[in-house]
Amino acid sequence: MKYIDVHAHMTSRTTDDYYQMALTGCVAMADPAFWSGYDHSSPEVFADYFERLTDFEPKRAAKYGLRYYTWLGMNPKEAEDRGMSREVLKIIPEFLDRPNVLGLGEIGVNRVTRNEVATFEEHAQLALDHGQMIHIHTPHLEDKYKGTQVIIDALAEETRIRPERVLVDHVEEHTIRLALDRGYWAGITLYPMTKTSHARAVDMLEMYGTERILVAGACDWGPSDPIAMPKFVLEMRRRGHPEEEIHRIVYENPIEFLKQSPRFEIPKELTPLPNPPPQGGRGQDPWTDQV
Amino acid sequence: MAARAGACPLTQRELIEGFFMEHRAQIIDIAAYLDRLDRSVERDAENDFRFLAVRKAMRELSSEEPGRVERILMHLSDPVVELMDTRDRQNAFGAFPGPEKQS
Repeated sequence: MKYIDVHAHMTSRTTDDYYQMALTGCVAMADPAFWSGYDHSSPEVFADYFERLTDFEPKRAAKYGLRYYTWLGMNPKEAEDRGMSREVLKIIPEFLDRPNVLGLGEIGVNRVTRNEVATFEEHAQLALDHGQMIHIHTPHLEDKYKGTQVIIDALAEETRIRPERVLVDHVEEHTIRLALDRGYWAGITLYPMTKTSHARAVDMLEMYGTERILVAGACDWGPSDPIAMPKFVLEMRRRGHPEEEIHRIVYENPIEFLKQSPRFEIPKELTPLPNPPPQGGRGQDPWTDQV
Repeated sequence: MAARAGACPLTQRELIEGFFMEHRAQIIDIAAYLDRLDRSVERDAENDFRFLAVRKAMRELSSEEPGRVERILMHLSDPVVELMDTRDRQNAFGAFPGPEKQS
């Protein structure tokens, strides 16, 4: 079954993972700006990161016929550093016109501090000033409930927000209604240890329906699975859900949300690029690069 | 029987036939984890907030009321919607340690 993974940190994954995703029906993915596992040391490093997200990665994905989109921002894990965040916010507009940029994300809060909220609000302002969509990260584990509430309250203060252009991601059973009731899209990420198992994702769809809900693999550098989506499809089938409903969740819903960005194109049939790849841009040839 | 709103499309019988074994394994794993804690070489974390949270969650498992997942998640959550003045650490623990251990 064709699917679109709306949250996949491919910069953390190997080329073999692109291959696995293509083999299992993936046609496109979106990679929101992420935390590397340690804090960046300067704003210039973010510029390099954004360059990778908008130039190198799309080419690497294209080798397998995959469309690669991205969101830009300073991940909430680093949002406590106000000085750094202000510098990064100055860099982001340089990249917003790149052809695979969908908007600002993943932005939000982590430990739910005053500085994190201020950084989040400035990112949201930047998105609105530039007519961009927003992808929101909600915090982990015990911080999720209060962080989601704080984010929703902060968004409510901004009259320019169009909820249908905002994805509130990493929802679980205790936060999904907070997103849906305000008209936002709710994202369920398949990260069994710290977020949601495949079975619980199906539970939430059974309880809340398929409208304005996205499911994603959210693979990154931690314990995660680049082919979580086809496993979710299998779980839906095991639970007796019809193919058209599954297709809606893993393909049509992502298109309905993402096509609100003028840069998103509905994926065509898989057409891997020939080897060698087109020249240009920075970095090694993603098809033949050597360690 | 007509499907109820929010219903799982499988019958209880189908859910048991298809999924019992994996959940049997999971609950035995939890029991083994508790036994392992009892057998540990040193009982130095009897009041660890994570251990206490697990015990509270297990009481919820035996509830007859639907909504167990949401209630367990709330047991494990920081319930107070207040901003921290400054970040104390980057990572979450998985259970709420209480305000006295937040900093």
